Amino acid sequence: MQLIWQYSGIMSQGCYTMYGWCGKILRIDLANMRFYAEEPEDSLLHSCIGGRGLAGHYLFPEVTRNWDDPAMPLLLFTGPLVDTASPTSGRMTIMTRSPLTGTVGDTSVGGNLGTFLKKAGWDGVIITGKSDFLCGIEIDGKNVSITDASHLRGMNTGELSQHIKGKGAIAAIGPAAEKGVLFSSVMIDGRFAAGRNGIGCVFASKNIKYLRVNGSGRTQIFNPKELKKARTDITRLIAASPALLGELGIGRYGTPALYDLMHTRRMMPTDNFKKTRFDYAPMMNAFTLHKTYQPQRAGCRGCHINCKKIAPDGTTIPEFESLSHFSALLNNSDLSSVVEANRICNELGMDTISAASTLACYEELEGRTLASSEILDLLHDIGLGRGVGIALGQGSARYAQSRGCPESSISVKQQELPAYDPRGAYGMALAYATSTRGGCHLRAYPISHEILRKPVATDRFTFSGKARVIKIAEDLNAAVDSLTACKFVFFAASLEEYAHVFFAVTGVSTSAQSLLKAGERIYYRERIMNAINGFSRNDDDLPSRFFEEEGSSGHTISIPPLNRKDFLEARSNYYKIRGLNDRGIPTGEKARELGLTWKR
Amino acid sequence: MEALIYKYEHKLSEAGLTSEGAPLMGALDAELLWNRHDRKTPFLEMIFKKLNITALLFSEPKEPYRTIIDHLCRSSSGTIFPEDSETRTFLHDLPVTDGLDDTRVVSLLKQRKCVLIPGHGIIAFGTVSPEQAFITYSSVCFATFVKFFSDMLFKKKRGMISGEESMIFRRVRNMLDAPIPNAPMLARSPFSDEQEMVRAIEEAGKEVVRYGLVDSYFGNISYCFRNTLYISQTSSSLDELVGCIDPCPLDGSSCAGITASSELLTHLEIAKTSGAKAILHGHPKFAVIISMDCDRDDCPTRGLCHRRCPEKRYLDNIPIVPGEVGTGPFGLCNTVPSAVAEANGVIVYGHGVFTTGISDFNEAFSRLLTIENRARAEYFRRFDE
Repeated sequence: MQLIWQYSGIMSQGCYTMYGWCGKILRIDLANMRFYAEEPEDSLLHSCIGGRGLAGHYLFPEVTRNWDDPAMPLLLFTGPLVDTASPTSGRMTIMTRSPLTGTVGDTSVGGNLGTFLKKAGWDGVIITGKSDFLCGIEIDGKNVSITDASHLRGMNTGELSQHIKGKGAIAAIGPAAEKGVLFSSVMIDGRFAAGRNGIGCVFASKNIKYLRVNGSGRTQIFNPKELKKARTDITRLIAASPALLGELGIGRYGTPALYDLMHTRRMMPTDNFKKTRFDYAPMMNAFTLHKTYQPQRAGCRGCHINCKKIAPDGTTIPEFESLSHFSALLNNSDLSSVVEANRICNELGMDTISAASTLACYEELEGRTLASSEILDLLHDIGLGRGVGIALGQGSARYAQSRGCPESSISVKQQELPAYDPRGAYGMALAYATSTRGGCHLRAYPISHEILRKPVATDRFTFSGKARVIKIAEDLNAAVDSLTACKFVFFAASLEEYAHVFFAVTGVSTSAQSLLKAGERIYYRERIMNAINGFSRNDDDLPSRFFEEEGSSGHTISIPPLNRKDFLEARSNYYKIRGLNDRGIPTGEKARELGLTWKR
Repeated sequence: MEALIYKYEHKLSEAGLTSEGAPLMGALDAELLWNRHDRKTPFLEMIFKKLNITALLFSEPKEPYRTIIDHLCRSSSGTIFPEDSETRTFLHDLPVTDGLDDTRVVSLLKQRKCVLIPGHGIIAFGTVSPEQAFITYSSVCFATFVKFFSDMLFKKKRGMISGEESMIFRRVRNMLDAPIPNAPMLARSPFSDEQEMVRAIEEAGKEVVRYGLVDSYFGNISYCFRNTLYISQTSSSLDELVGCIDPCPLDGSSCAGITASSELLTHLEIAKTSGAKAILHGHPKFAVIISMDCDRDDCPTRGLCHRRCPEKRYLDNIPIVPGEVGTGPFGLCNTVPSAVAEANGVIVYGHGVFTTGISDFNEAFSRLLTIENRARAEYFRRFDE
């Protein structure tokens, strides 16, 4: 079966040219097999920017729906900087309501999908309804077609990427999403994971196996000369960044370059966060990976940092989070099994952080260390919906609850925590708690200053001053996810430079502070959406383990438990600075100030 | 936060950038804290309300920076464009406004990290820590100093200097501290253990700052000890290196040094190729200024001198090479390691100086000081010629 639709609307009226944005959003209604283009007002594009901001705008009116309600939108949005010479702009956002957490659910993903969507002439795609059959969505410029993908049911993501004919980028789910794994991911081109939050489940709930996008258009640039200059300013900063293009940076080693650092700072989550130091870490680091697999540099389109590492045989080298959690968190010293675990997760379409952390929870509840072969077997069981894997596929929080031991799940808002122990970086502790999508390091990424010393170093063992720093960083990253750009580049550059890029691309005057303000609005709207769904202060908290147990102190570094009183004071300060009431709920006054609607 | 605003207030005056007690510094978390009461506080509070920031610094600079900045502000048309490496990389340009109009100041601070107000001083902010405001302030003083002396020499050589400018130049010149002729006595090698060696790095770092051979933030330092390069961390102050030195094994077997200085690769290459154990990188002002003095107005790469210069240039026997911060095709890692071997020292165009010592920091420090003093003498010789 194949349905084809072609958009024939005329976007440009008279001599009006839109720079940066395409000015068109594609709506796909799978229930009625209808497609149409929407042309958003300029004012909407200017205030929401794109990516996460624009997706949030379209999620807002539907956010009380259950994630598997056919009317729940699945939103795929690019930003104005995508498909331009702006450094690291090959990313995009996929958003919906999270099956795992019930919060706003979104993921920023690299690869080629964002660029091809833009080249196809769309700022975003909004998918609603549910197909009667397992389908593939194919977007080729203005042509949209729905194909029968029943024969692809159960197919792994890598194989599927090879199987789909046609040019462009592919977003696909694996068997895990089809089996209802709540932390299932969407894989872009079989390599780039749109992980976290279980977005893959929403694809599955709509009966979408894959989305292929191709296009050959070009994003119009307002001032190419100015863009070149702004780009030079940013690439100069990138070259000056040790974390990015330094001898030991992620350009050379990929994100595993952080592995040794977390080990030496004694904040590597080990044994389900019971310890913060893993004795085998020096043998499992980026250097060893490099020596063993001799990977080459790869990356998202439009990025010269190239943090993705791929071995000559095609093996994708795990990211830092996956490396750390499949080794230290599980007490697993078998490096090859870590690489294999990463491959299995990618193939089956599962978030590596949640998968590893759920296994660590299982390990704790079983009271034994899993053998490396057992880890791999269990990953297959989860992804293929077999045996205990069915229960584990619901994530650690639900699994631990079902075993009567909720404290064994190291999660926030039911999403498992990444590979930075919060006892080793107090800003990270606060940021985990306040994140609008549950346990996540990327909403504020205070590791940047608490560990990587950028833009300057802050004291990682204090909450003093962190409330405002976290709030500003959340605003910053909301803007970055909307432009869109890669958060890594902000180890070096800042919105000061990206404001110049934004103007050069779009012709819309802005400033670093104006972009931050847009980020604040985007973030606050997410808080409102979560509040509507019942999230409040009680959810902005950390597992009790971090307040009761110390980490692995030693070698002049002390890792005591977090001081509960200090944490609560910082959270209270954060609420005040963010403009929330003392229960963490948005206020009408602040919402009005930001031009948002909120009545409680 | 409170401790930090006092710390950086003190550092500003200690570095000779402001008079004691002059800086007004505020830090905002849930509550706004000031280092002292001042009639300008309400003005700055307005700025805090309009910007998403955590720290604000406002201070009149000490002489000679005050005269230099006022002069550059008045002769600018709203923006100063220094051409030193740090400004090009981190500050880009320096916006100027007249008077304490909060609306105007806010609009400029929305764009850049600081604003210069002739007759009043410099306002700088931080989004993470008061340290950012301090760094920006310090960088502005450095950049304007370099620009002032560079511009004056350029104009003097081409007969473009006005009477008023000559007068200002004389005034500034008379305000300069006398050069320090002798290097300090630093710890001598061999170092018995890692601890002793690290203490030697810390000591040398402090002295580099005390001698004014780097503003207190930039610059870096390393020592190669038992197959490991110990190097100052990125964003570390050379006078505060305790706990801020990263060990980087020469075989690359650990990435824990990902927080090391952005010049790690350059240090590694120097250590591997020259055999020198001690490496210093400072930003002595006159060496930077003299590196930017070139008479080839018709050079096809004029304006790109920081990236590529077609000539082999020297100050005495010290090579002057192009190169930008860090790595990349135009990075100084491509030019410095080979050049430094020529004379145990090299000047990087518009940026700073690298020097080496075979066994400890005495030789490297002495070389750094000699180069700066020689550059200063040469500057005034060329000016007076």
